[in-house]
Parts: sequence; structure tokens; C-alpha cells
Amino acid sequence: MQIKLHNLKRTYGDLHAVNGISLEIPSNTIYGIIGKSGAGKSTLVRLISLLERPDEGEVYFDDARVDNLQKQSLIQRRRRVGMIFQNFNLFSSRNAEQNIAYPLEITGTPKTEILSRVETLLSLVGLDGRGNAPISTLSGGQKQRVAIARALACNPDILFCDEATSALDPQTTHSILSLLKEIQRKMSLTVVMITHQMEVVRDACDQVAVLNDGVVVEKGLVTDIFANPSSEVTKDFLSHLVGVDEAAEEADKMVQWSKKSGAYTLRFRGGTTDQPILSKISRQLGVDFNIRAGGVQKVGDIEIGTMIVDISGDEPTRKKAIESLSQMGVVVEEEESV
Amino acid sequence: MSKLWILVFGATMETLSMVFFSTLFSLILGLPLGILLSATSPEDQGGIIPHPVLNNVLGRIVNVLRSFPFIILMILLFPLSRLLIGTSIGTTATIVPLSIAAAPFVARVIETALKEVDPGVVQAARAMGSSNFQIVRKVLIPEALPSLVSGITLTIINLIGYSAMAGAIGGGGLGDLAIRYGYQRFRGDIMVVAVVVILVLVEVIQVIGNKISAKLLARR
Repeated sequence: MQIKLHNLKRTYGDLHAVNGISLEIPSNTIYGIIGKSGAGKSTLVRLISLLERPDEGEVYFDDARVDNLQKQSLIQRRRRVGMIFQNFNLFSSRNAEQNIAYPLEITGTPKTEILSRVETLLSLVGLDGRGNAPISTLSGGQKQRVAIARALACNPDILFCDEATSALDPQTTHSILSLLKEIQRKMSLTVVMITHQMEVVRDACDQVAVLNDGVVVEKGLVTDIFANPSSEVTKDFLSHLVGVDEAAEEADKMVQWSKKSGAYTLRFRGGTTDQPILSKISRQLGVDFNIRAGGVQKVGDIEIGTMIVDISGDEPTRKKAIESLSQMGVVVEEEESV
Repeated sequence: MSKLWILVFGATMETLSMVFFSTLFSLILGLPLGILLSATSPEDQGGIIPHPVLNNVLGRIVNVLRSFPFIILMILLFPLSRLLIGTSIGTTATIVPLSIAAAPFVARVIETALKEVDPGVVQAARAMGSSNFQIVRKVLIPEALPSLVSGITLTIINLIGYSAMAGAIGGGGLGDLAIRYGYQRFRGDIMVVAVVVILVLVEVIQVIGNKISAKLLARR
């Protein structure tokens, strides 16, 4: 199911939480929406999950407008949308299988059908035999699995993940993301992941939109945005990503030689990561590169290298070096403060 | 000696029936009121149909009723007892003011218990397409059940106290026995027995309430 947002606006008092967001989320993908706290993520989720109405603008699922539905059709529509949360939001008065059964109960599904559906869902999320466990006895990852099973109970065509991995440790985050990817493929879902973690976007999403101050500052394929971020917010997210993520595989680590950060950030993409670009340029132009930090990480199937360097030499030579780098497909960003 | 026990037994039964029926009726009156109070509260406090005006009006009514001294409320409600029961004295007639005095208390107890339910859970239920009625019946009440049980225990204990007070103005029961025999006829022994029975009743109710509440929590 495709989701289309047209110029959404939502204001609380003087606060423009969502200030004119238009997005097209294609069907059958995992779409990331990333932003810092206060960027308008939570409000946007509440708008597109139909928990709240926008002040202005429209929300379309496929081609049907859904932001202005009347009470009954709104309830019916919500039943076809799954949602999982940072704090799981499971019912503590119900055990695992009763939690999963809830959406089926409220839609009036016959008891026998509920039982078999719950069994299927439990094994889908890898919790066979844990159906009668009280929620408090489950780990964070298991709780999120129950929540995912509950969200999928009514065969939704959209799944919203609202900071679904933010309360989990890196390993658990990884396993939940793999589960979500697997389920997305199996059920041809449109998954929308709202997060503040760039790792989540990198590891799970096909496309991403970056939010800041209630507007989309950048959007596109995750691989493009990692290779060539255009907004400050995105660059900031990426700079926090490299080197920080301890749990990621070895290849994803950014090695930092110097505490002082360099004047230039170079981003290599795909094929260019294999070539000795720096030494070539160094030889041709007689400039020296002092490498402060660097690393390669995998985004989807593409490798993206990041390197923070100082370039020695006078202004024209440096300019030339940057030019040659750009010609070879390297994105160069200059730190303004240095 | 045996006459004393017959008196005490009869009075205990009267107290139990007063407390039982007034608990029942105060729940019937207070439960919807409590649900309404919680449901109409602001959204960040867990209100599912926020309505500031209605919430305010209901809250005021509850506060006024709760701040009335019980003994005065009872006298004011004599006409109502007469209308509903046909008399204003005796055990049955006393159930009317008892229920009405306890109803606002029940409403607050229920409101507080329901507001304790994690708003995130309510949001999840709403996102899954629950109707307001389903949220109340299948989410709020089950989630708040341990607190509800504690609150109802408290209500019953309060009603035992109120029912003893009602004895002073012809309500019957253990309070009536303690005042008429113990105080007015200087029968200290009856006074002591009546008080002890009341203490035991309160203790038993409290223990049972705690047990049920703990059992509900242990299953989570």
C-alpha cells in the first residue's frame, strides 16, 4: 500500500510540530523517517497512523484519502494498519497470546480462528511455545516480538514502527530489524520506520526522509544519502554514526587516529573505495593528505567510505586536489570552522 | 448472655446487608461516573474523549458531595429514602444515603485507578482500531483491576464506618447497637463487643482485598 502525504501541517499553540510535509512512500518497501527529538517525528506518526487529524494537508493510502474519515470508517481503517512502539505498549493484564489475540477479539473473529492465527503469529516472530508467558517475564526483544505479532494479527498492509528499536540493545535491535525485513518481504508490507538512529536506517531501510523542525530537509535512497548527504542535519547524523556504533560489524568501524578532526570530509562510494585515489592525487599534485579518521561501511549492498583528512599545500593546489577528487567521484565537504 | 449474642448477631447481619447493598449501589452509581471522569480528562492524563467542560462540572459535583459531612447528608436525604423505600429509618432506608455518600468516593477511586493505566497502552489500543467502549472494557478496566480492587476494598471499609455512624440516627446495625445499648443503657460489654465486631469486619475485608489484589498482580 502506497502512502502519500500532501503538505501536512499540525500546530500545537505556537509550535509548528509538522510544518508542511509532503512525502510519497512507495508500496512494498521499508521507508525510514529520521529526525532528532523535537523534529516533528512523533507528531508525523500520529498523523499518518490516523491517531490525530492534521490542521492542513491530506493523507492518502493508495488513492483513498484517510485523514478526514468519519468515526466508524476511521476505526475500520486503523484495523488495517499495524503499529509498534518504543515501549512496546503491551497489555500487562494479558499474557503473550492474549495480547496477540486482542486485535482479533475487537474485530469479532471467532475463537477457533483466533487460536490458530495466534499460533501462526507466535511462530512467525520466533516465540513458539511462549504464548502463555506473562508479559513481565519476557525480555525487551521478546516483548517487541509479541508487539510485532499483535500488529500483524489483522493482516495489515502498513506497519508503522515508532522508535521500535530505541529501547533495545544493539544485538536485539539487529535481530528485530532482521525480523522486520523478513516479515516485510513475506507479507509485502509497506513499513514506515520512525527513528533517531541512523544505524536503523542504514541496516533496514530502502529509502529515507530526514526531518528537521517539522519539515523534510532531505529524502531519497538510503545509499544516495549516505554517499552524498546534502543537509547539515543528515551530515550530523552520519558523523555520529561512524565510529560510535560498537556493535556493528568490524568493517563498519571508523578508525580515528587523531582527536582533532580534519578540515575535509571525503566520501567514497561503491567502486571508488577500491582505488588508491589519495596516493594517485598526492603523486600528481604534490599535496599531502593527513588522514585523521576513516572507515568503510556497508549500506545495503554498497560500500561507502568516509575519511576525514587535512590537505597540505597552498590554496590553489588544495583547490586542484579537491577538484581531482570530485572528478573521481569522491564527495568532498569542507569544514567551515577550520 | 445468649441474648447479647443474638443482639450482636442480628446487628452484624444488618451491618453486613447495609454494607453489601450500599457497596453495590455506590458502584452502580460511581463506576460510570468514575469512567466518565477519567475519559473526559485531558488527553495527556489518559482521557479518551477529552471534554474539559463536562469533566469540570462532574468534578465539582463529586467534590461537593464528598465534602458533605455524612451525618448531614443523611438527614438531607431522608425525603429521598422515604420516596424510594417508604421510610427514613431502619437498615433498608439507610442504604439510600450510604450509597449516595459513597458514590462520589467510588467515582474518584475509579478515576484514579483508570488514570494510572499507561497512556501508551491506550494509544496502542486506539491505533489498533478499538472503539471507546472496547478501550474501557477490554483495556482500561482489566489493566487497572488491581488498583480497582484496592479502591473497592477501601470503599467497603469506609462504608462499614459510615454504616456505624448511620446507627446514630436510627439506621440499625452494629453502630445502632453500640449507641442504644452500650452508650444509652450503660452496657459497656455490648459496646465493646460491637466495636470489636466492627474491627474484625474491617480487618477481614482488608485482608481479602489485599489478597485478591496481590493475586491479580502476581499473574502479570
